[in-house]
Amino acid sequence: MKKRSTLISIVTILILSLVLSACGKSDDSSNSTQQLGANAGENATELSFWTFVDLHGKHLDKMLGLWNKENPDKQIKLNVTVMPYDDMHNKLLLAVTSGKGAPDIADIELGQFPKFLEGDNVPLEPLNDVFAPYKDAVVPARVAIYSKGDQVYGFDYHVGATLAFYNTEILEAAGVDYKTIKTWEDYKQAGIKVYEKTGKYLGTADTSAIWQESYLLAQQNADFTDENGNPKVNSPEMVKALEMLVDLQKNNVIHTIPGGQPDTEEAKGEYNKGNYASALMPEWYMSRFVNEMKDLKGKYAIAPLPVFEEGQPRSVGLGGTGTVVTKSGKNVQLAKEFVAFAKLSKEATTEIWNTLGFDPINMDVWKDEAVTKNPDNEYVQYFKTNAFDTLNEIKDEIQAIKSVKASPTIGNVFNTVTLNAIFEDGKDVKEALDEAQAAIEQELK
Amino acid sequence: MIKKFVYSQKVAPYVFVLPFILIFLIFWSYPLANSFVMSFQDRMLGQDPKWIGEANYSKLFTDKVFLTAIKNSVVYMLGTLVLLIPFPMLFAVMINSKLMVGREFFKSSFFLPALTSVAVAGTIFRLTFGEMEGSLMNSFLGLFGVEPIKFLKDGEWSMAALLILACWRWTGVNMLYYLSGLKSIDNEYYEAASIDGASAWQKFRAITMPLLKPTTIYVTTISVYAGLAMFTESLMMFNGNNSPKNIGLTIVGYLYRQGIEKNKLGYAAAVGIVLLVIAMVINLTQLKLSGMFKKEED
Repeated sequence: MKKRSTLISIVTILILSLVLSACGKSDDSSNSTQQLGANAGENATELSFWTFVDLHGKHLDKMLGLWNKENPDKQIKLNVTVMPYDDMHNKLLLAVTSGKGAPDIADIELGQFPKFLEGDNVPLEPLNDVFAPYKDAVVPARVAIYSKGDQVYGFDYHVGATLAFYNTEILEAAGVDYKTIKTWEDYKQAGIKVYEKTGKYLGTADTSAIWQESYLLAQQNADFTDENGNPKVNSPEMVKALEMLVDLQKNNVIHTIPGGQPDTEEAKGEYNKGNYASALMPEWYMSRFVNEMKDLKGKYAIAPLPVFEEGQPRSVGLGGTGTVVTKSGKNVQLAKEFVAFAKLSKEATTEIWNTLGFDPINMDVWKDEAVTKNPDNEYVQYFKTNAFDTLNEIKDEIQAIKSVKASPTIGNVFNTVTLNAIFEDGKDVKEALDEAQAAIEQELK
Repeated sequence: MIKKFVYSQKVAPYVFVLPFILIFLIFWSYPLANSFVMSFQDRMLGQDPKWIGEANYSKLFTDKVFLTAIKNSVVYMLGTLVLLIPFPMLFAVMINSKLMVGREFFKSSFFLPALTSVAVAGTIFRLTFGEMEGSLMNSFLGLFGVEPIKFLKDGEWSMAALLILACWRWTGVNMLYYLSGLKSIDNEYYEAASIDGASAWQKFRAITMPLLKPTTIYVTTISVYAGLAMFTESLMMFNGNNSPKNIGLTIVGYLYRQGIEKNKLGYAAAVGIVLLVIAMVINLTQLKLSGMFKKEED
């Protein structure tokens, strides 16, 4: 009798472990696939789309509604799969290079893009023919970053112009007017006051993203790589940029943040609690405020970034996601036409601002006040100032940082080793950068 | 004819081991041989492979990040050996003792963590060891007036966190191995020892430990490999394969970074071969020293 009950319990445990591990599997991938295009008829073509941002699916859903209405003969049903960032890019790279299992349409983040353009057989479809009608309305720098030679492979959602977001409630409590912050010296003095009066930090010292280095380099007309695409991360401009940040950190103006940079779950929690008084981030960070930091509504104002010396360019387009069409799809031409419509048309770019809150790459929208100042828009309601007032002020100063073959490696070394060594361990800036340069060169050999 | 074949005593053993042989050849030998060839190539998916001789290996041994990965994996493996062999053995002896109250309860509660998914457990441990003041560990330490610690940005703390996760997960499994080992020890030895007046400690030293040796050897062998091949725990603990200063990077993590994230399959294959060599050398030495290769003497 005893034996039998032992046997039964062992079998139960085995079955349970099978069931539980199966549950575990589906949790791991945290994928969800959803079919969009409810208004499509029975003859609609089915296409698939992979993305790592839930909101991007929402945008394509709206565009799909319009497309199916305007093109009754070319209707589409779209299967959208949302996956975590690393997961999606790794799977996509494997799928497109092996030619099996890839979706028709996919989002590829700018930093990952060079990996997909390596070698002679690019697995993505050139989009030149569908791009031609929009060529003159679009910011050229935002197309160049997704091109190889004269072939265009991806369309971005936004320019991603860097802006300064200030928490006016905290700044007022410290007696600081954000409008007077023009240079980094002003920013430092403001931060010292904020820390003395409120005990809060004005900004972040990022250890897991290179936004800060990017805009500080762009302000000095420099880059991470030289004109041949070789890394030069220990340049005098980079040393100047990081030494300035270290000086801010020593004066308690900026401080490292849980999560390592403003665009992480942990960091957004810290912002929402009001522990940091400003975020100097690309324009798309607005959507994170509106969707994920609801407690801050009505407290934040938008202004241009501080610079080393007045007259330097105050913004750079950062981040970005190119929507691409893969070569292995069944209906490549239809996918291309839809992507161009959903990303570049006036309707699309208006919608990109309305649902995603991004600064669209089709600049016709920037001048259309009916769109940019629409009082019903949640991105207009949330902030104390209008984003497009600042954007139009700086629109001729928006620089670009090149995305080349070495970029993913540079990002990887900075985000794992270099920035942690500098801001967490207090390592000498020049020394850390020399080591980074050596590590990157070794890796690229 | 068929009947003759099936009932043949000569053929039957081969038929029975055939599934294993096939699985071994298709899913083990073939990929292994293929990886070995790949490790001498510059190979990317979608591009033609190029033969580059031992260049991958010579690059590997000057690659500081790879050396960091080896160091992390070896330290982790040694840590699991120190923690996951003596303690489960001790717990098994305690649970096996007739004096123990609630034996079944302890047995199942020790084993339960092994049934949860690493992905879920790793995520919970990441939040537990978060650097925010409100994370579980920091709020606990806060009761004693300790300032919040950035656990997952510090090499030693994060290794400790990984080892705690490993202990939480594997103590029960190793304990189960030892429990089954204990069941096979004849009670007469203990009775004889009692008659001779041996103390509990002497019985443990002179009877339990030596008779558990086969179990210990088995547990050591799988722990060496599992320790060196650890990956998912680190991936979940650091929310991705890129930990600050590579403190959580393991050999397999590096293989994944090079092969999957950077599409350098040849270089990643070389990493895999080195992992295999390290694990084989350690385990063969260990098995040799413990006398597993000697014929049984009776």
